[in-house]
Amino acid sequence: MAELMNIHIQGGRVIDPANNIDRVEDLYVANGNIIASGDAPDGFTADKIIDATNQIVCPGLVDLSARMREPGQEYKATLKSECAAAIAGGITTSCCPPDTTPIIDTPAMANMLTHRGREIGLTHILPLGALTNALGGKTLSDMHALHRAGCVAFSNANHAITNTMVMRRAMEYASSFDLLLILHANDPWLSDNGCMHEGEISTRLGLAGIPEAAETVIVARDLALIEQTGVRAHFARLSSARSVDLIVQARKRGLKVTADVAIHHLHLTEYDVSDFNTLCRVIPPLRSERDRDHLRTAVEQGDIQAICSDHQPHERDAKLAAFSEAEPGISGLETLLPLGLKLVHEGVMDLNTLVTRLSSGPAALLGIKAGSLSAGCLADICIFDPHEEWLLDSAKLLSKGHNTPFKHWPLKGRVNTTLLAGNIVYSRV
Amino acid sequence: MRQHLQYTDNGKLRHFLSIEGLKKETLQQILSTADKFTQFGQRDIKKLPLLRGHTVVNLFFENSSRTRTTFEIAAKRLSADVINLNPGTSSTSKGETLLDTVNILEAMHTDLFVIRHAKSGVAELIARHVPDHVHIINAGDGQHAHPTQAMLDMFTIRQYKSTFNELRVAIVGDILHSRVARSQIHALNTLGVHEIRVVAPNSLLPSQIERLGVHAYNDLQQGLEGVDVVMMLRLQKERMQNAYIPSEQEYFNLYGLTTESLAAAAEDAIIMHPGPINRGLEISSVVADGPRSVILPQVTNGIAVRMAVMAMVLGGEGNG
Repeated sequence: MAELMNIHIQGGRVIDPANNIDRVEDLYVANGNIIASGDAPDGFTADKIIDATNQIVCPGLVDLSARMREPGQEYKATLKSECAAAIAGGITTSCCPPDTTPIIDTPAMANMLTHRGREIGLTHILPLGALTNALGGKTLSDMHALHRAGCVAFSNANHAITNTMVMRRAMEYASSFDLLLILHANDPWLSDNGCMHEGEISTRLGLAGIPEAAETVIVARDLALIEQTGVRAHFARLSSARSVDLIVQARKRGLKVTADVAIHHLHLTEYDVSDFNTLCRVIPPLRSERDRDHLRTAVEQGDIQAICSDHQPHERDAKLAAFSEAEPGISGLETLLPLGLKLVHEGVMDLNTLVTRLSSGPAALLGIKAGSLSAGCLADICIFDPHEEWLLDSAKLLSKGHNTPFKHWPLKGRVNTTLLAGNIVYSRV
Repeated sequence: MRQHLQYTDNGKLRHFLSIEGLKKETLQQILSTADKFTQFGQRDIKKLPLLRGHTVVNLFFENSSRTRTTFEIAAKRLSADVINLNPGTSSTSKGETLLDTVNILEAMHTDLFVIRHAKSGVAELIARHVPDHVHIINAGDGQHAHPTQAMLDMFTIRQYKSTFNELRVAIVGDILHSRVARSQIHALNTLGVHEIRVVAPNSLLPSQIERLGVHAYNDLQQGLEGVDVVMMLRLQKERMQNAYIPSEQEYFNLYGLTTESLAAAAEDAIIMHPGPINRGLEISSVVADGPRSVILPQVTNGIAVRMAVMAMVLGGEGNG
């Protein structure tokens, strides 16, 4: 790694939810760490001064789900291309689901991924370990060894564990070592061959629907098992209001469960699919306006603790197909923050809350040292202009996946500088 | 959006993809144009030179001898050059090869594609990717739309009923999986019928079907009470395996159209079916072959209606 500079970030509005800070002040970075705020420490001389006047200085974003496509699907994207996209979006920590090829169910795979991440040196790559071997839902992975190899949590990606006894044992085992499970609530029988939300639009388009119950049935099942086993668990990518209600009730009973939502679920609904727009094909599906509004409220109130990109870059052909045949997912790294800021501009939540859900919130539920600007912390910092207005041009995305339904959306707010461990890894100007 | 795709900037019908999004005047024009062609069909020499020099490709990714044949006859009566292709679905389910197939045929100067595909939305997908001078007619896409079938049904209804405004229409059977039903509902609503009912067990009714402007009935007798038109749908036999309904016997007992169940309908009610018929499953032979059945006229009308749609899309005929 290149020699680390002393950096003085000057005149920005520092939002650091983990420390309840929201004020204009200077930050000082040395040896890759944040060393002070406010007045310069004695003897500090800056090699580099970043003028952050009229900009927001916040912790680098922590993204709970980004598929980098490496290894196995390099024709879609590579770790290098997607890490570059991540930092252009202010993301300094990316959790990678285990459904790569090969699957992350061995310590060697986990090591390989973290090693590649370090080699590229743009964003922290945190692998999620497979909960069951080959994501098959039958036998447990070597969770403890995977954890030691760097897996921050365990997930079966979008592969359902239909055998409830396997799920129970997985939870029991994980709870023995206080490991976090990330759960995708989907009943494959109810989803069947569905490709969008079951409702008016699926009926109009003659597309097989995925009923809301495909999610709520499994949320209810897993909550019962979480309650019995006491495992630390997190529900990923909720799509429906009723799932949120189930989780809120469980939290009221004292369960330590958390949840996240993908940013596109806070903006789009089933209506966006109306013209067979394959760019809006996602899993879980975009649901009703009522669901979207309920998810927004839940994020604002803290019933949902994190917003993620659910980044899934695709080659052009993957979306150039009949709706049911198109591959699901949105390229989301570079729109995570701007679409979040859109919620702020629309009055859904304040800026502090947004920064919390994008940084300290996900870091806290993962139990990792990130998402904070405390002195002594690694200098993972995002500096953005909350007012700059721009139109998204999907062809200009750094991600190799240009599959975004947000092209031509007017956005307000854009990342100017990203620091990773004290290195300026991204600078727009 | 969808309206935009089907019309040119100056309001001419460019593609015929779904009834949803089409203006009432367009549907009426199809019916009146088909009227004219019906008269030609009764002559000894049935050819018209309207589409001479145009190339029509029937691109049927999903098999259908009946629909393909009527499209072929329709195109030939209009003097078009017709090519039938059945590329199958397996190798072309991915968008790349699907659009490749179309691109290659387009490079051979095809003017009109008549497309059938097992996946919903394919006709629309292709329509978005062809150049301005190429036209698309949807001959059935997945469970989404079958607009020429719906128009020949409307044409047939009009032959037997004086006006759409006062009609009560019941559509009976597997609404969930039926592109025909969806297109019929849009056509009937656009033409302004008095009431549309759909009749099926809830397991064969799609979610929020009422939002399409219909009343849902689980009971056949109630659903048929006083209706002027009964539109039956084909029930695929594999529905039993997937637990949509218990058995053929139970389905026929509850939803099969028989002389007895038909008694609830208006005395002059007509019976329609898009075919092929499952005799003894959704309809008894006595009714299917009875005096109120217009199933065969439907088939005959399919030619004139498809001629009308082709002429309107390709030529200047009936556009305004």
